[in-house]
Amino acid sequence: MKECMVRLIYCEMLGYESSFGYIHAIKLAQQGNLLEKRVGYLAVSLFLHENHELLLLLVNTVVKDLQSTNLVEVCMALTVVSQIFPREMIPAVLPLIEDKLQHSKEIIRRKAVQALYKFYLIAPNQVQHIHDKFRKALCDRDVGVMAASLHIYLQMIKENSSGYKDLTESFVTILKQVVGGKLPIDFNYHSVPAPWLQIQLLRILGLLGKDDPRTSELMYDVLDESLRRAEINHNITYAILFECVQTIYTIHPKPDLLEKAAKCIGKFVLSPKINLKYLGLKALTYVIQQDPNLALQHQMTIIECLDHPDPIIKRETLELLYRITNGQNVTVIVQKMLDYLKQSKEEYTIINLVSKIAELAEKYAPANEWFIQTMNAVFSIGGDVMHPDIPNNFLRLLAEGFDDEKEDEQLRLYAVQSYLGLLEEEDAVYPQKFLQVMSWVLGEYSYIINDEGDPEVIMTRLCKLLKKTFVTSETKAWIMAAITKIASLNRGSKTVDKLIQEFSTSLDTCMRQYAFELKHLCEDKDLMKNLLPRDASCNDMVVDASLSFLDGFVAEGLSRGAAPYKPHHQRQEEKLSQEKALNFEPYGLSLSSSMSSSGFTGRQSPTGLSFGSDVSGNSTEMGQKEMSSLKLDGVKKLWGKDGYLPKKESKTGKEDKLEAVPPGSTLGGNMVDHPLSEADQEVVSPSEEEKEKQQLASTLFVGLASNNAVSLMGKADTTTQKFKRKSKISETQNSEEAPSIQYDATLSFRPLPEAQSNDNENIQSTEHVRLRKSSLSSSEVLEASVSFKRPQSLTEAGLDAKLPDCRLSPSSLFADNNIEVFQPSQVIPSVVASKASLIPSLSEELANNPHSEAVELCSCDTLAVNLCKVWTDDCLLLVLFVANRSSSALKNVNLVFENSEHFKIVEGLSYHFPVIKAQSLESCQKSVQMEKNCMQEILVGSLNYQLEMETGLEFSVTLSLTDFIRWLIFHLIQMANEH
Amino acid sequence: MIKAILIFNNHGKPRLSKFYQRYSEDIQQQIIRETFHLVSKRDENVCNFLEGGLLIGGSDNKLIYRHYATLYFVFCVDSSESELGILDLIQVFVETLDKCFENVCELDLIFHVDKAGLAGAPARAVSAVKNMNLPEIPRNINIGDISIKVPNLPSFK
Repeated sequence: MKECMVRLIYCEMLGYESSFGYIHAIKLAQQGNLLEKRVGYLAVSLFLHENHELLLLLVNTVVKDLQSTNLVEVCMALTVVSQIFPREMIPAVLPLIEDKLQHSKEIIRRKAVQALYKFYLIAPNQVQHIHDKFRKALCDRDVGVMAASLHIYLQMIKENSSGYKDLTESFVTILKQVVGGKLPIDFNYHSVPAPWLQIQLLRILGLLGKDDPRTSELMYDVLDESLRRAEINHNITYAILFECVQTIYTIHPKPDLLEKAAKCIGKFVLSPKINLKYLGLKALTYVIQQDPNLALQHQMTIIECLDHPDPIIKRETLELLYRITNGQNVTVIVQKMLDYLKQSKEEYTIINLVSKIAELAEKYAPANEWFIQTMNAVFSIGGDVMHPDIPNNFLRLLAEGFDDEKEDEQLRLYAVQSYLGLLEEEDAVYPQKFLQVMSWVLGEYSYIINDEGDPEVIMTRLCKLLKKTFVTSETKAWIMAAITKIASLNRGSKTVDKLIQEFSTSLDTCMRQYAFELKHLCEDKDLMKNLLPRDASCNDMVVDASLSFLDGFVAEGLSRGAAPYKPHHQRQEEKLSQEKALNFEPYGLSLSSSMSSSGFTGRQSPTGLSFGSDVSGNSTEMGQKEMSSLKLDGVKKLWGKDGYLPKKESKTGKEDKLEAVPPGSTLGGNMVDHPLSEADQEVVSPSEEEKEKQQLASTLFVGLASNNAVSLMGKADTTTQKFKRKSKISETQNSEEAPSIQYDATLSFRPLPEAQSNDNENIQSTEHVRLRKSSLSSSEVLEASVSFKRPQSLTEAGLDAKLPDCRLSPSSLFADNNIEVFQPSQVIPSVVASKASLIPSLSEELANNPHSEAVELCSCDTLAVNLCKVWTDDCLLLVLFVANRSSSALKNVNLVFENSEHFKIVEGLSYHFPVIKAQSLESCQKSVQMEKNCMQEILVGSLNYQLEMETGLEFSVTLSLTDFIRWLIFHLIQMANEH
Repeated sequence: MIKAILIFNNHGKPRLSKFYQRYSEDIQQQIIRETFHLVSKRDENVCNFLEGGLLIGGSDNKLIYRHYATLYFVFCVDSSESELGILDLIQVFVETLDKCFENVCELDLIFHVDKAGLAGAPARAVSAVKNMNLPEIPRNINIGDISIKVPNLPSFK
């Protein structure tokens, strides 16, 4: 059996199907002698994976072996548990493994810790209760166990560093011991004591000391020590050094350590070993935000790295430069990036770099021409793999412009010119995204150059594009939209006529659609002008997502006897139920079932979608029922059943356009090295003189030299954008556009905040909206000119696709129900409220008594205790407010006063809060009486609570004689008031 | 965390691979192919770190490799590992193999795949615990040698 299993492993390894033997592996692990068991376990761990169903069969075996007295069996079981174990079976073995933590053999303890680490990774909440056992493992006398527990701690500290601050000292001690060579000699690697352990400890310390001066304080010494010790010239010591440096720069800074770390980085960067150079650059990139001067020191090295033959080094250098970019050096840096981009072939690199360039260009662009040129390069190289945000942002920038009208105009003019130039080249192949951007810009802004350029020329060029084979249908839709826009600005053009002729017979239904739309628009110029106003891309369109303007039409249709619309699923349901009815109970059931199903739809109608209320309510009960289902989507119904309506056509148009909008189709567009007309004077060729390098350095680091921290910070927060986006003002455009639009007044509502938010989705949605507007209104046009009818079959899918549209403009839906939406303001009161909840205030009946101000007695990160003295008729009432400042609920909070000979606390000395919720306040009252007379005495108390561990807070209250003489106080207060 | 250990020769033929996440056979092959393409076109005198193979773990992962004679040793790790540390781990791994086979070469890996795999297992344990206990590794392998002997059949060669 054993032999067979080994062969099976061999087969599996070679890639042959061997799943038939899995069960035997489990059996072998279950039954065999020690040797066979081992083979069985090995086979299981190789064959099965985490979620394999057969793994459940193994659980029993594991449990049995864990209880075994044979050390080897326990070991094997623990090993397999730490490799693969089903998550849901953890509780079955957890107690056994916990026991193993106390085992006398260190190897068992170590394996148990590893198994628990595995559990922590797959189900962290299951091992929460054994955190203190981890602590024990950390202090284990065997180094292996301790090292294994570090993994758990690294993971836990990564998730929540604040909870383990108290362990800092232990980690520091361990690191000290390791560095000091206290470990057994076995752990030395090339005479460095346990280097991997050191690396891990340094990482943990870095995480713990981040932004925490007090904790950082503890580790300065040991860091210094490690830096000093790691002097031997070996790879692994460099690894430790690197970690040290990183830790030093992560924790709260200490000047002389920083200095040493900087020296280390210098060593790395200048090292002839390429790996070290790479790490040095990485460290520099990491450090640069804190200490730009360091980059200045190494600027010559950085310049050299820019021309390094290794592309990885180059990329790291660019990453570094990206961090130090500012308004002054942006041209050079972007140029460098573009150069690199042109050489690189990897998709990952391109995506990454393209978005960086676009960001930099947008932020720091020194001139319009440069900006457009750069973006052209980005589009042509980045092409179809780049993130869809980039073209969207770019177009938005163009459309919304800056604050300065004139500048906008120039930018647009330049964009149009450059695109025309690009299109002039006959054989150039551009990525689809780029073509889309071009056609949009030309469509919107070509009128700017009308003085010098002929719209005919532009249109001809666009038409030519349409005929090219590499243009996808999505892009064609963009181009057609552009042509329509241009055509609207000019009286009759031959090109347009030709285009219409050509595409009216096109096989592509989309194109035919556009051609017809265009044709009808051309026939009615006034309408076209209204529909496609100049430079209106920023005006928000109001889209009546509920299509309520069709209500009248629906009502008419119904009155003519058309059947009410039923959604697809309902129709199917009915069909089914009818079939059933035919089979079993021909008449009665079919009626009732259809009734019930119509009632059903009425009930589940999406809240926002009900409209056409004018129709309902004036018919018989049965009719009403029908109406209610009609209300839900009466419009769709008409389309659905009959399909004779011209509106349908608009519908498809809309869908096509919608289809066209979502970016991200990555259809094969070839990349083109687009010639940059801008002379790149500053490019350094390897052969160039040192002098020129220095010049380059000076241009690169120009902003840094002046220690321009602001521009560096500007990197992190995007406030210093050069192109400030204008906040959009939503404009309600209503029915003037076309005679047949029946916008409800309530519908033309678009809350300002939504339009203003910079959210991408909104950008997209506004784009949708914009596009939709044209198609929507075109449908209205068609409705107006009734002469035009085109019977077309309807697809259900098309109707369903309408729902997402509705979601895009939720505001109009809400408005439909006359619900006013105020989105952003609601947030503020809740914040205020949460703050207010932590401010102690007396309940009303207590507040009527004379009382002191609430005074803070003591506080820590999680809790604060406030005291308020209330003088009631018969005693002194101490009201204690315990506020939980943390974000988690505190349980079992105990408040205890110490016994005092002078005072007596009536209700007993202690008070117990079962739970204090996060960010909330609890109060308790204690009435105090004076037992022995005294002038002034201190009442001491303490507060205990349990978070990760027992924590106590002490406080004291000074009570004086006057506190107990109520009337005196009362008088005093009154007197004070009188004065 | 180490995501995968790949060993392939100069022609991209995989010799040993271990994935610590479940991937289907096809994806494994694809990962090895892609990694080979990334690694093989790099010169001898460039750094041993690579970023951004898109397949395993996305942008967070790094490839750290070493080239010994005819074999590439590639470790896929995520950002929680120290680059140089892993580089030395590869060294340790190779040293261990060397101890097992006495002057290891590619043929050893082909014909004694069981041993190599076993040598890899402790190396992984090392990577998990990084309890660098060099003398211990060969001892573990000896235990392995006792327990499993690959059948010495001609059909397997």
